[in-house]
Amino acid sequence: MRGNRIENWVLTAATLIAAAVWFFPLYWSIVTSLRTDESVITSPGLLLDQFHLASFYNALFNTKLLTWYLNSIGTAVIITAIVILFSMMCAYAISQLRFPGRKLLYGAILASFMIPIPALYVAQFVLMNNFGWVNSWAGIIAPQLIVPVVIIIYKQFFDAVPKEMREAVVLDGGGEYTLLFKVFLPLNWGITTALAIITFIGAWNNFWWPFLIVTSEEKMTIPVGITQVNDVFGVAYARIMAAALLAAMPVVVAYLVFQRRVTEAVMISSGVKG
Amino acid sequence: MAMLSNRRKSALVAYSLVAPFVICFVIFFVWPTIHVIQMSFTDAPLLGGGSWVGLANYKKLLSDKLFYTSIVNNGYFVLLTVIPTTIIALLIALMVNRLRGGLQAFVLVIFFLPYVLPVSVVTQIWLWMLDFQYGVLQPAIAFFTGKPVAVFRNPHWVMPMLAVVTIWWTNGFNVLLFIAGLRNISPELYEAAALDGATPRQRFWRVTWPLLWPVTALVLTLQLILQLKLFDQVYLTSAGGPFNSSYVLLLMLYREAFQLNHGGYGSAIALVLVVLIAVISVLQFQILRIRSAR
Repeated sequence: MRGNRIENWVLTAATLIAAAVWFFPLYWSIVTSLRTDESVITSPGLLLDQFHLASFYNALFNTKLLTWYLNSIGTAVIITAIVILFSMMCAYAISQLRFPGRKLLYGAILASFMIPIPALYVAQFVLMNNFGWVNSWAGIIAPQLIVPVVIIIYKQFFDAVPKEMREAVVLDGGGEYTLLFKVFLPLNWGITTALAIITFIGAWNNFWWPFLIVTSEEKMTIPVGITQVNDVFGVAYARIMAAALLAAMPVVVAYLVFQRRVTEAVMISSGVKG
Repeated sequence: MAMLSNRRKSALVAYSLVAPFVICFVIFFVWPTIHVIQMSFTDAPLLGGGSWVGLANYKKLLSDKLFYTSIVNNGYFVLLTVIPTTIIALLIALMVNRLRGGLQAFVLVIFFLPYVLPVSVVTQIWLWMLDFQYGVLQPAIAFFTGKPVAVFRNPHWVMPMLAVVTIWWTNGFNVLLFIAGLRNISPELYEAAALDGATPRQRFWRVTWPLLWPVTALVLTLQLILQLKLFDQVYLTSAGGPFNSSYVLLLMLYREAFQLNHGGYGSAIALVLVVLIAVISVLQFQILRIRSAR
């Protein structure tokens, strides 16, 4: 028993050390961002020894960071709202109603899963150009509205709603829209929040598509924008790290606040928990 | 009669519910899919029409040295990431799963946190940590090699380093899947195994490993497909260099279609990737399923 306890302590200590190693890159970016640009180079101590906010100020006000923030928040919120609403409606119809073409539609949604999205970027770019949506929010948003996994998960959850709930509402003369928004949605708030958060994080973090469709600094999203600050700052790592941390902050906060939901969504969307 | 009109009415309601998604799906997904196939048979630039050239783009691709370089590099990267990240994630999951309550939640957050970061934030942090002159990791590198290394400009270091960055970034996702899998294993099985006098090692190989296999197979499959789609990290660190030592398929697609304005050729590359991923995932699914059935 005693040997067991020591083993326990050793394993726990090893876990904590591994976690510390894993956290180090983030820790180092925080330490760097709080130093002055000179001391980043001259005093390479490992400990948090300074607390200068100048780099954050610089990153916020001497670049277009606030504009990029606005673009990221705007596009990610719109994408999330539309994806959730459209997917929920579509999944409801597939799950609860019988109509010609239902199987074909669900088959197409499942099949679309197989295609790696970047393979479509050439054609999507041509399309956005035809619409005149290059360098616009619409261009950033449109191709990101297709998230088949959201429909697939909603369908699973709607399938599991007991038939009696449906019949009761239908007897009261309620239509399908009433059923969806007054019964099925409230029953599934948990999964709706979870899906909304991972859709938001995914949209916020998307790099390649916004990078392709936007060339003007005014329309960049923040993950694209911060790759530009190298040019503005030169080798000024304190400011580069401050900009990077500011870019990550909203998704990190979203994750920390809704941690349980994010975990749940990841597990459900990959099918290990349903 | 009433039945029929009822049915028709309910079909109409159903169509009104699916219409918003279907319209988006057709315009932004189905049409681009068809168009990219079409384009791959033409000599079109990125924007504007081209003329039909049959299989010329595909023939050109098969004789393009860079295509083979890309395939080899993609394969190398898959080797460097897929199995290592699966092992690392499993070890971390086993370690985290032992912990209880608040400590477990806290440690899990630390391991998962990098996964929610935008890719450019990840690369900025690692570019700084690996900076040739001032990078905090250079002393560690110099300890092994005797001198600092500009890792993303060194043909031997670039892919392994990209693998490290990628594993650090995406591993948390796999950890979560393994933890879910571990939680699904009934504790009674461990109690029974303990009663039978099984050692911890036996408990792992006889209980945990076989019951966890479906999750392991899932992680391997998802990782293989994900790592084949390597682009962002490469573009943001080495841009395919040095000497094309990190040039991969999607980078080739980007360069041909968007930088050299070869829309048709780029589309052919895209389709080869689609086929490649489809074939590999079907194959891998079959292989892993056979293993689990045994």
